[in-house]
Amino acid sequence: MFSTDAGWVLTVAVFLPAVGAAVLAAMPSGNDRLVKWTAVGLTGISFAWVSLLALSFDYDNGGVLQFETIVPWIDAIDARYHIGIDGISMPLFFLTYLLTFLCAIYTTKIIPAPGKPKGFLSLMLLLQTGMAGTFIAFDMVLFFIFWEIVLVPMFFMIGMWGGPRREYASVKFFLYTLFGSVFMLIAFLAIYFQATAAGIANPWDIVELTNAGVLGSRTFQLWAFAGIFLGFAIKVPMWPFHTWLPDAHTEAPTVGSVLLAGVLLKMGTYGFIRIALPILPDGAAAFAPWIGVLAVIGIIYGSLACLAQTQVKRLIAFSSVGHMGFVMLGIAAMNEQGIQAALYGNIAHGVVTGLLFFLAGSLKERYHTYEIAEIGGGMLTKMPKYGVLFTYAAVASLGLPGLAGFWGEFSAMWAAISPGGSLATDYQGLYIALVVGAALGTVLTAGYFLWLLQRVNLGTPPKQWADEKLQDIMAVEYVSWVPLALIILIMGIFPVVVFGVQNDAVNNLVSAFTV
Amino acid sequence: MQIDYLAIAPELTLVVTALIVLAVDLVLRSEYKQLVNPISAVGALVAIGFTVNLWGDNRSFRGLGDQDIFVVTDFALVFKLVFLVALLGVLGISWRYFAEGMYFQGEYYFLLLVSFIGMLVMPSARDLLTLFVALETVSIPGFVMAGLRKRDLYSSEAALKFFLIGVLSVALMLFGMSIVYGYTGTTFLNEIAAHPALSDPEPLLYGAILLVIVGFGFKVSAVPFHFWAPDTYAGAPMPVAAMLAVASKAAGFAGLIAVTFIAFLPAAAAWAPIIGVLAIITMTLGNLIALQQRDIVRLLAYSSVAQAGYMLVPFGIAKAGADAVNADAVEAVVLYIAAYTLMNIGAFGVAIAVNRKTGDRALTDFNGLGTRSPLLAVALTTFLLALAGIPPTVGFWAKFEVFFAATGAGTTFGYVLAGFVAINSVIAMFYYLRVAASMWMGEAREGQARLQPGLNLQFVVLALSVATIVFGIVPGLLTDNVQDTSIAAIDG
Repeated sequence: MFSTDAGWVLTVAVFLPAVGAAVLAAMPSGNDRLVKWTAVGLTGISFAWVSLLALSFDYDNGGVLQFETIVPWIDAIDARYHIGIDGISMPLFFLTYLLTFLCAIYTTKIIPAPGKPKGFLSLMLLLQTGMAGTFIAFDMVLFFIFWEIVLVPMFFMIGMWGGPRREYASVKFFLYTLFGSVFMLIAFLAIYFQATAAGIANPWDIVELTNAGVLGSRTFQLWAFAGIFLGFAIKVPMWPFHTWLPDAHTEAPTVGSVLLAGVLLKMGTYGFIRIALPILPDGAAAFAPWIGVLAVIGIIYGSLACLAQTQVKRLIAFSSVGHMGFVMLGIAAMNEQGIQAALYGNIAHGVVTGLLFFLAGSLKERYHTYEIAEIGGGMLTKMPKYGVLFTYAAVASLGLPGLAGFWGEFSAMWAAISPGGSLATDYQGLYIALVVGAALGTVLTAGYFLWLLQRVNLGTPPKQWADEKLQDIMAVEYVSWVPLALIILIMGIFPVVVFGVQNDAVNNLVSAFTV
Repeated sequence: MQIDYLAIAPELTLVVTALIVLAVDLVLRSEYKQLVNPISAVGALVAIGFTVNLWGDNRSFRGLGDQDIFVVTDFALVFKLVFLVALLGVLGISWRYFAEGMYFQGEYYFLLLVSFIGMLVMPSARDLLTLFVALETVSIPGFVMAGLRKRDLYSSEAALKFFLIGVLSVALMLFGMSIVYGYTGTTFLNEIAAHPALSDPEPLLYGAILLVIVGFGFKVSAVPFHFWAPDTYAGAPMPVAAMLAVASKAAGFAGLIAVTFIAFLPAAAAWAPIIGVLAIITMTLGNLIALQQRDIVRLLAYSSVAQAGYMLVPFGIAKAGADAVNADAVEAVVLYIAAYTLMNIGAFGVAIAVNRKTGDRALTDFNGLGTRSPLLAVALTTFLLALAGIPPTVGFWAKFEVFFAATGAGTTFGYVLAGFVAINSVIAMFYYLRVAASMWMGEAREGQARLQPGLNLQFVVLALSVATIVFGIVPGLLTDNVQDTSIAAIDG
C-alpha cells in the first residue's frame, strides 16, 4: 500500500510503459514470442502497480488531488511538472492500464499483418504513457505534451498495421487532430497571459486556474473557448468534426481501435470537463447550447449512419459518434448530474465499445471480412459462445438497463432536462427538445444494433460458411474479454462504483463554474 | 585601438585552422587529402572551447570611434555555439561525400571555414560596416562552394543563381546602409537607434531601412526573395546545401536581429508589420510549394523557406520601448535557430546517407527505408517530426516559443500571426508525414542496394537525433540559457 502523499508512485506509473517501450525496442528481433510475453509482463506490472495505487487511493477525499508532485520544469516559461490524481481522473487512468494490459494479452495470439510485434508493442506502450499522462497532468503545458505524444504512435499503428486504406486513414487522423490541437495551444497561451495579468502565481496550473474564478472579459472567454473547443471537439469527436473517426477505426488494427475508442476519445471529453468548463465558465455557458445541439445531431446522425453501414467495424465506429454525443449532451447540461453522466458515459463507452472492437477484430480473424452480407448470419449456431458474447456487448451498447451503457445515456438525458446556471432559464425549451431528440436517438440505436444482431447472429449460416470449421472463443480471447464483460455487468448493477468515486471531485469542479 | 585577442579567440582559431587546411592540402597526396576534414573538426572543437570559456565575460572592444564595434555577449556566444555545432555537423556529413567525389577537398574545407568565420563575427558586430563585411565573408565562399561540382550543369546553375541574386541583394543593402548613414551620420547600431530621425522616419529613410531588411531577407530566403534557394540547394553538393540552409540562414538571422532590434528598433512600428506579413507569405508559400515536391532536397529546401517564415514571426511583433515583448521575440528566434540547426542538418545527413553510392534522392527512393535501414529511418522520422513541431522533440519548443512570443504581444496582429503558424503547421505536417509514411509503410524497390552511410555520418545523425529528443524532454537546458540572451544582452 502506498501513502497518498507519495507522488513518485504516480510518476512511476506513467513512465513505466515508456521505459517498457524502450526495453522492447532494445530486445533482439527474431524471437517474437519472447517479445510478446515481455510486453504482457510489462503491461501487467504497470497494471498491477496502478491497481495498488487505486487501492491506496483515499476514496473519502476523492475531491482532493492525491499522489501529487510539483517540481519546476521549464523556468523560462514557468511550466511545472505537476501531476496528481483525483476522483475524476481515477476511473479513466485505471481504464487506460486495464485496456492496454488486455490488448497486450490479445496480441500474444492475434497480431495483424505484417507482424513485427516488437514495433507494434513498443508503439502501444508509448501510446499508453501519452494517454495516461493526459489524465493526470495538471499543468497545461504538460497536458499538451502528453496530448500530442499520443498522435505519433497511433499514426504508425494505423499506418503500418492497418487495413487497405491505412495510409489515407492514418494521415487524416494525424492532420485532423493536429489541426485542433494547434488552435488549442494558442488558446492555452491566451489563458496563460490573461492569468499572468490577473496575478495568478502559476498561470499554467489547472488547479489554480480552476479556483481563480472568471478570467478576463467575456470576449476573451469566448475566443479562448472557441480555440479549446476546436481541439477537444475534434478529439471526441463531435459532429461535424467526426469524419476522421470512421476511417481511422475501420483501418486501424483491432488493438488500435480498442485503444482509440476506449481511451483516446475520452481525452477530448476529459479535456472539456477538466479544462474548458472550469477555466472558461462564461465561454462554456455561451457555447453550451451549441454543444448540446451538435451533440444531439451527432446522436441522430450517428444512428442513421449506422443503419446504412454494411461493415461491422464501420458500424461500431459510427456508433461511437452517437455515444459520444450522449457524453457531450451531459457536458452541455453544465450541472453536477450532467458531468457525472458524461464521465460515467466515458467509462461505459470505453469498456463496451472496447469489447465490441475486440469482438469485431476476432470476427475478421474468422470470416476474413467485416461485411455483414458476407458473414450472412447464423453465428449463434456456428460459434455459440462468441455469438452470445457479441449479443451481450451489443445490448450493453444500445443501453439496456442493468448493463453499463444504460446509466450514462439515461442520466445524461435526465441532467439535460434541468441544465445548470442560467441555461435553465434562457434555454429551457431548447434543452427539452434536445432531450427528446436524444431519446429518439436511443430508439434508433436500439434499432441498428438489433438489426445487426439479426443479420449476423440469427438465421442459418450461408453455404460458404456451413462446412467451414470456425473456432469459437479461444482461451486468449476469454482472458482479454471476460474482465470487460464483468465490468459492464458490475457498472450496470452498481453504478455507484463509478459515480461514487467521482462524486466529490465533480462537486468541487461544478462549484467552480456555476456561480 | 586596443584589440582584445581573447574576445576574438574563436574567430582566430578558425582563421588559423583554415590556413593550416590550405597548407596541409598542398603537401598531402590525393588519397590522404581527406585528412583535412578531421583537422577542421579539431579546429572547430578548439573554437567551441574558447567560446564556452568566454561565457558570461561580456567582453567587447572598440574600433576607431568611441562605440563598441565588436561585443561578445551571451547572445553572441549562443549564436557562435550554434554555428560551431553546425560546422561540426556539416564536417561530419561532408567527409565521405567529398572524399569519394574527389572534389577539391582542401579548397572546400578552406572555403567552409572562411564562411564560418564570417558567421562567428556576425552576431558580435555592432556597426553596419562590420556587419556588411561579416555577411560578405559568409556569402562569397558560399558562391564558390555551391559550384564545386563544376562538371555538373546543375551545380553551375546553382552557383550562378546564388551569385547573381546574392550580389543584387548586397547591393540593395549597401545602398540602404548608405542612406541610413546619410541621415544619422553614424554606422554604429547604438548611435543609429539614438538618432531622432529614427523615431519618425521620413519616406526615404523608411525606404532605406526596408532595403537593409530586404538584403537580409535574401540571406534568410524569405518570400519573395527566396527564388534562388530551391535551385541552389538542389544543384549544390548536398553538404553545401545543408550548410546554406542552416548555418548561412542562421547568420542572416543574427544580422537581422542586430539591425532590427538594435539599430532600427525606434522605427519598429514602420517595419514590424511588414516583416510580419512577409513571415505569413513566406511560410504559407513555402509550405504550399513543398507539398508539390518529389525530390527530398527540394522538399527540404522549400521546407526551410517555410521554417524561415516561422522564424520571422517574432520580428512582426517588435515594438519600440516594449522590452519584455522584444526580449521574448529575440529569445524565440534564437531558440528556433538552435533547434532548427539540430533537426535540419540531421535531415540532410540522412538524405546524404540515402544518396550515397545510389544517387537516390526522389521521395519514392525512401520507400521501405524502415526495413532497409531502421536506425536511419528512425532518425529521419525524429527530424521530420521535430521540423513539424511535434513533442517530445526540440522542434515543438521552438514553435512553442514562437507562439509564446506572438500571443504574448497581446495584439490582434500577434494572434493573427499565431493563427497562421498554426494552420501552416498542419499543412507542413502533411508533407513531413508523407516522407515518414513512405519510409515505414511503403515497399522498397526490388534490388535496392543496402545503405552504407559511413561511420562518421552515422555518428553525426545519431548525435543530432539524440539531441533533438533530449532537448525536447528537458527544454530547460536550452531555453534557460537562451533566456540570458535577452534584449539587454544584445544591446551590450
